[in-house]
Amino acid sequence: MTEHRAGATAPTALPRLVGARVARREDGRFLTGQGSYVDDHRPARLLYAAFLRSPHAHARVVSIAASAALTLPGVAAVLTGEDVARSAKPVRAASKTPAVKVTSFPPLALGKVRHVGEAVVMVAAESRYVAEDAVERILVEYEPIPVVTDMEQALRPESPLLHDEAGTNLLVSREFGRGDVDEALAGAALVVRERFRFHRHTPVCMENRGCLAEYATGSGTLTLRSSAQCPGLVRDVLSDLLDMPEHRIRVIAADVGGGFGAKASLYPEEIATCVMARRLGRPVKWIGDRREDLLATTHAWDEIVEAELGVDRDGAIVGLRAQVTADVGAYSIYPWTAAIEPVQTISFLPGPYRVPTYRGRTRGVATCKAPLGPYRGVGRPPAVFVIEGLMDRAARQLGMDPTEIRLRNFVRDEEFPYKSPSGIVWDRASFTASLLRACEALDYAAVRAEQSRARAEGRWLGVGVASYVELTGIGSAIPVSPGMPIATGTEAATIRFDPAGKVTAVFGIASHGQGLETTLAQIVADEVGVPIDDVRVIHGDTEVSPYGTGTYASRSLVLAGGAAILAGRAVREKMLVIAGHLLEADPADVVMTDGRWAVRGMLDRSVAVREIARAAYTGARRLPTGLEPGLEATRFYDPYYGTASNATHVAVVEVDRETCEVKPLRYVVVEDCGRMVNPLIVDGQVHGGVAQGLGAALLEEVVYDDQGQLLSGTLMDYVVPSACEVPWMEVHHLETPSPVALGGFRGMGEGGTIGAPAAIANAVADALVPLGIEIAELPVTPDRLFRLIERARARG
Amino acid sequence: MVTVRLNVNGVAHEGRCEPRKLLADFIREDLGLTGTHVGCEHGICGACTIMFNGEAARSCIMLAVQADGAELMTVEGLMRDGKLHPLQEAFREHHALQCGFCTPGMLITALDLLRTNPSPNDREIREGISAVLCRCTGYQGIVNAVRAAAPILVAGR
Repeated sequence: MTEHRAGATAPTALPRLVGARVARREDGRFLTGQGSYVDDHRPARLLYAAFLRSPHAHARVVSIAASAALTLPGVAAVLTGEDVARSAKPVRAASKTPAVKVTSFPPLALGKVRHVGEAVVMVAAESRYVAEDAVERILVEYEPIPVVTDMEQALRPESPLLHDEAGTNLLVSREFGRGDVDEALAGAALVVRERFRFHRHTPVCMENRGCLAEYATGSGTLTLRSSAQCPGLVRDVLSDLLDMPEHRIRVIAADVGGGFGAKASLYPEEIATCVMARRLGRPVKWIGDRREDLLATTHAWDEIVEAELGVDRDGAIVGLRAQVTADVGAYSIYPWTAAIEPVQTISFLPGPYRVPTYRGRTRGVATCKAPLGPYRGVGRPPAVFVIEGLMDRAARQLGMDPTEIRLRNFVRDEEFPYKSPSGIVWDRASFTASLLRACEALDYAAVRAEQSRARAEGRWLGVGVASYVELTGIGSAIPVSPGMPIATGTEAATIRFDPAGKVTAVFGIASHGQGLETTLAQIVADEVGVPIDDVRVIHGDTEVSPYGTGTYASRSLVLAGGAAILAGRAVREKMLVIAGHLLEADPADVVMTDGRWAVRGMLDRSVAVREIARAAYTGARRLPTGLEPGLEATRFYDPYYGTASNATHVAVVEVDRETCEVKPLRYVVVEDCGRMVNPLIVDGQVHGGVAQGLGAALLEEVVYDDQGQLLSGTLMDYVVPSACEVPWMEVHHLETPSPVALGGFRGMGEGGTIGAPAAIANAVADALVPLGIEIAELPVTPDRLFRLIERARARG
Repeated sequence: MVTVRLNVNGVAHEGRCEPRKLLADFIREDLGLTGTHVGCEHGICGACTIMFNGEAARSCIMLAVQADGAELMTVEGLMRDGKLHPLQEAFREHHALQCGFCTPGMLITALDLLRTNPSPNDREIREGISAVLCRCTGYQGIVNAVRAAAPILVAGR
């Protein structure tokens, strides 16, 4: 691996922007209603699309009668699965590993439907209203076939099969291990075991998914505006599916109303909309409504984890054995495949601990539900729920404090880099420091004392701790999702001065709320020595950016930030050469001071940035002999293995004895994302992540009945936390610069959601210690808690 | 088709639409004011919240014809003389937005809260803004922003 100087300093006397709480550059347009979301665009001759979606969870499509729709005034066209199949290949999320069965995901149902809400027919019309009228006039004859919605039943040989080509509903099967765990557990002083259940979750971006395709017949170019996190990925796969060269496809993801991983996959509607636009030669826009979002955006988690943890008499871990079963839904999504959630869970189960022996087996099982996909945390929220739950169970049985057992087992500072039992390397982390700092911030001893008093009064007050580590900024050495053949290890930056001395910085990543227009501008401004107002960041448009894929997997600040540093350095070196020429000095003697470039020790001999920029474009008369005109650079960055962030969350909750409602009273986070570019934004990411994790722990659950009908199909039924359910969050930072990632940055977009479910679950269990209740199922809703409490009371 | 005459952000508008057209769609499509966002179309998420005759209302569960003769204010009407409204300023300063999608509805809702309760405590702020769902911020920046803006609005009255 290339050695980088972490935190290399730019030669600037301007106030350094990296590390400062800079207010966001993008806010001006969002605050005034001038955002540029997909639905804000209405080109001339626009058609609006609507989809007819399957009311059945599993059925053969016998016939489709669309003539009554086509005769409706204002209807331009109707597309069926067979129509699309003639114009586009089916999506097949390939995998290099035989552990993943590759199956097709047609843009519109072909032959049969596999979940309620699957798109079957598409209509394009003069308005969304007319398009929906037309959908109601289409008659589809279905022949229902037996439905399977339970992942364990789906594994039985007599179960209905979703994909004939797979020959089984077991789409993913993988195992990681180190050492002889069976022997270790047999010899352990204590083995705690549990069957954990983390129910299905859905991301609920406030902006529903949508896209707008325009095909220019004259030039043979396709432009797709999409609410995508990964415009580059979408461009690449559309090229293949539509058989069009990449340079004729432009994918724009301008402003996107939240993503959280849900918008990081290719969706059927994007392909169908492109096919419709190409066929009609008119722009076609589809904007999903909330019902479509809840039915057909990828879901998350939905895992059963049977796990056993063995410890010695002192609480030191001797072995961990786990079997993960994930309900991956009806389809394997592109490009991540059905493996992303179940495999990630066994990759991260050992957590931040020294686990000498480990075996994690995982299975991804197809059922008649919406597909599982990446969502904030991917596999790690369940993994952390499990390992942290087991740590607490072991501590309770040994009579140890939860913090004590963690401190005993954390990978120690002198052991980095540390290779986890699943093969992931932790470059350097602050596991111990983050826990100690969290206890200090909380005043752990005082809270425990308060808990004793509360218990004496009969109140159910609990403290829950969760520590975790997450892989971020993944480079080319490992795929983001196991076995995935597409390259996701690099990003690029182009930094360009114009002759007036202002900077345009272009990236292949796409920001959908993370504030990358600000953080990347901070990095660029520092590197080339200009004020932040002189930097404009452009992202999310494949036509103007260097090659890149997009924003997912907590990668953008690491990869695009690293590329910005490299491109910035290249530009700065050229500026030094030009400045030296203009100042008749050796470039090595040129320094940057107060926005001017001067000769060291002779600050009256100086030039302004704009004079350097102007000279760069003036040509030979102002440039050193042989120097190429222009002032811009494009650089690619590959962090190779990537890096990691870690955190400890501590929750204090009270369980209401009357209503069984869990009220978070305090919530402390101590996170370490390496060198922070903008603490304001880091705080915001933590807050939002914790709120989503809290929702997952207490409120949010996708519910299907046994016939595969979605029962949580509105936001009245699927409960997203409002301001009243989210507690005040106390966020503290440690900064352990990454020794391997340029700039020392570590990614941190997902962490809040990784730690919160475990911290809340452990706090609830801690509150209910007097009743001997363990929390093995999330979300821990009042009705679940009521039943647990009733059962415990019946036991006496 | 029916005629709808209304005043939006101090400007008189007249449009023709189907009686079934949602007010949110009318504002976005017929008036071209795309700052008002549609997030759920069933009155839960609050992204589409506007001021309707001086009170916050969800434009996704109203028909355009119901707004005939009404005075509306949308997020586009918050700025005065090219300057951000103090609430907008506070949102920016306190990082009360990330993706920006709920922001228009959140601003209008917060303004409505401060109209009826000029000095809310944190609990009242949380209750007041609970009419709008935000998936990005965990609400902390929003609570901070509303708390900070409240005395500025009082002073400006």
